[in-house]
Amino acid sequence: MFRLEPRASAPLAWQVATPILAVLATMIVGGGLFAAMGFDPLAAIRTIFWDPLFGPASGYSRPQLLVKAGPLILIACGLALGFRAGIWNIGAEGQYIIGAICGAAVALAAYPLDAFWIFPAMILAGAAGGWAWGMVPAVLRNWFGASEILVSLMLVYVAQRIAAWMAFGPMKNPEGFNFPGSRNLQQYDAAANPELIANSGLHWGGVAAVLALAATWFVMSRHVLGFHIRTAGAAPRAARFAGVRPERLVALCLGVSGALAGLAGLFEVAGPAGQITESFGSGYGFTAIIVAFLGRLHPLGILLAGLLMALTYIGGELAQMMLNLPAATVQVFQGMLLFFLLGFDILTRYRIRRRA
Amino acid sequence: MTVSNVFRAEGLGKTYPGVRANDDISFAVEAGEIHALLGENGAGKSTLVKTIYGLVRPDEGRMTLLGAPYAPQDPRAARAAGVAMVFQHFSLFDAMTVAENIALGMENPPPRAELSRRIAELSRDYGLPLNPARRIASLSAGERQRVEILRCLLQHPRLLIMDEPTSVLTPQEAEILFATLRQLAGSGTAILYISHKLEEIRSHCDRATILRQGKLVGTVDPRAHSARELAAMMVGAEMRLVDRSGRKPGATVLKVRGLSTPAGEGMALKDVALTLRSGEILGIGGVAGNGQEELLAALSGETPTAPGTIALEGRDLSRAGPETRRRAGLLAAPEDRLGHAAVPEFSLAENTLLTAGARQGLIRRGLIDRKAASGFAQEIIRAFDVRTPGPDTAAGALSGGNLQKFVIGREVLGRPLVLVVNQPTWGVDAGAAAAIRQALLDLAAQGAGLIVISQDLDELLELSDRFCALNQGRLSAPRPTEGLTVEEIGLMLGGAHGMEVAHVPA
Repeated sequence: MFRLEPRASAPLAWQVATPILAVLATMIVGGGLFAAMGFDPLAAIRTIFWDPLFGPASGYSRPQLLVKAGPLILIACGLALGFRAGIWNIGAEGQYIIGAICGAAVALAAYPLDAFWIFPAMILAGAAGGWAWGMVPAVLRNWFGASEILVSLMLVYVAQRIAAWMAFGPMKNPEGFNFPGSRNLQQYDAAANPELIANSGLHWGGVAAVLALAATWFVMSRHVLGFHIRTAGAAPRAARFAGVRPERLVALCLGVSGALAGLAGLFEVAGPAGQITESFGSGYGFTAIIVAFLGRLHPLGILLAGLLMALTYIGGELAQMMLNLPAATVQVFQGMLLFFLLGFDILTRYRIRRRA
Repeated sequence: MTVSNVFRAEGLGKTYPGVRANDDISFAVEAGEIHALLGENGAGKSTLVKTIYGLVRPDEGRMTLLGAPYAPQDPRAARAAGVAMVFQHFSLFDAMTVAENIALGMENPPPRAELSRRIAELSRDYGLPLNPARRIASLSAGERQRVEILRCLLQHPRLLIMDEPTSVLTPQEAEILFATLRQLAGSGTAILYISHKLEEIRSHCDRATILRQGKLVGTVDPRAHSARELAAMMVGAEMRLVDRSGRKPGATVLKVRGLSTPAGEGMALKDVALTLRSGEILGIGGVAGNGQEELLAALSGETPTAPGTIALEGRDLSRAGPETRRRAGLLAAPEDRLGHAAVPEFSLAENTLLTAGARQGLIRRGLIDRKAASGFAQEIIRAFDVRTPGPDTAAGALSGGNLQKFVIGREVLGRPLVLVVNQPTWGVDAGAAAAIRQALLDLAAQGAGLIVISQDLDELLELSDRFCALNQGRLSAPRPTEGLTVEEIGLMLGGAHGMEVAHVPA
């Protein structure tokens, strides 16, 4: 028999190794799953992890990498702040949707005006919308002790209904032949978030993601705020003793992660998505949770994990088209990644000993 | 006399890292007696009964039960040998009935009807009214304790250990309990009764074995001694001579008036008042759980209090947070090193940032100066002889004594106007304890005012100029330590009356 023995400290080598192990285990188990379903496992793995970057259609799929990774990284940066402090914002998806709606509202209100301030105003509105949606669980937790996990998660479904209402009601395109959905912002120059370099997939959201990564690194490792966040997560009583007020930290972390998710939503609606539709929320807010953990809540890790998760999105779609793999493939893969990561994490905190 | 020994311990010893919990303990419990085990918190009562009940293996010494060698591997073996124990905290399932709970704890429970019949029979025989079909949730604390006692009695124990049984009982329930215990003793069962309620022991116990700091003081007839005398034996009569030279009480630095905290999970502070002068050490004694942690939290700023309750050099800090108070010169070191005074996962350098950020200039305009933090950690390590590889070592990797030296050193080097420490040498080996005490004395000699909260009376007598006791959240009026007798201290700590209401696990 084996038993687990706690380690005195988590070795850095294991902290780096477990995400890689998790990816490998996901490939192996995923391959086994495909084989059981009657697909060629090697071909499937190659289609998901290799072809999007270097395959015959990579010219189309490579830019998609940045398109998908941008919002994931942007959202994950904000989530990582809160997760470090033990504040669990599970509702980034809702904040993403509300941010998009608020940003789009500015554009639609200004339409068809052509002015330089429209896009900056949309950015502000998007961030403010996400912030406000994130502050709801913060206020409920601080005033009534409500679990921010449940409240933020439930608000996702509220946000989805609001998106549907907007698409069918107030924001419906008056020239859209009664189809649900707002005007397409891609076709409205003052509000559009176009590709900055042709065929790179980079839009303002990607720029914002890089800035967010740098800011996260600075706050977490150089600023007293990051120290307080880490202290609150590691030892709440010590944080209080140091002078941290927990309510402030809750408001800050949920507010900032909400604002970043809102920004991601705004860049998406003004760019790749183009319009508010009933199904605007596509799961970035949930996948970003995996990105944050897979990246060890560290900016560099989040960058790599964001790119990897983007790859599974694109690869999964490719596998659907090329091999007729089921649409749930991506979700299964992402779920397995988180599952294996949490499982292998035991190895960073414990060592396995053979029982005498 | 030896013939009637049910239990005998000879030279029992147990050492934990840094603490000699039991040292050469020998005593015997006879059939038919109620034998009290008396001592302060940390005197070694818990370790001793855990040894008898098979939860702790002694390092040396031996035990006999009914004349035969007795060395239980675990509680199950202890129960099989005839030793039963009623814990202070009950382990019962609320949603189940009395009979179901008792059946759960048995190796081979008889059929339910048979068990219910035996429970009813026993409860009638011993005057412990209890209906086997009632749910635990509907029972009072006293009735729940009866379930635990009946559970033990069903095993027909020869030695019954009761851990502070009356702390959860009303006076009426306590009387019923003592009648039961007397009846049990009358039928030949030996009872080992742990408590620090002196009056209770004097009126109900046949003999008392007294422990102090892990050592046996003696076994006495409690009826032949006054509560004062018993308290003196518990607390210890030695007074150490200390050199208080170089310390001159100066102007008042800290004034606390009408300090009360709301009743929460812990003990509420009730109208606490104290005055502290510079260069003075005020010692606060008392059994843990009487408001010590709450007092430290109120002074450190973790719990804000009503305006006008805490003033440092005339400046009202009652509503100020910990960081404002530290900037003003009011520093504190909490009792719990891991997770309160320090973050175990963080390096020593990072742990300096918890309290020394502003006073040492380690954090300026929100930016952390890592080099300065590492340098300050190095300074603490050098000045306080902290045994560690260096400032990058995680705090949790240090031994208790070394981390405590680091925590105290961090605050002492912060040049406080007032320093409040809780249990500064708790769980620390003798060498480190002496170094910490010396550092506190030196700090006072340099003109700081100190409040030392401790359960170690020797420590308080050694350090403090004035002494007061914290009991049930109330602070007694201070008395000069000089000329204070141990009996007076015993009475201040609650004495005959206060001990009775101190509901504290040993």
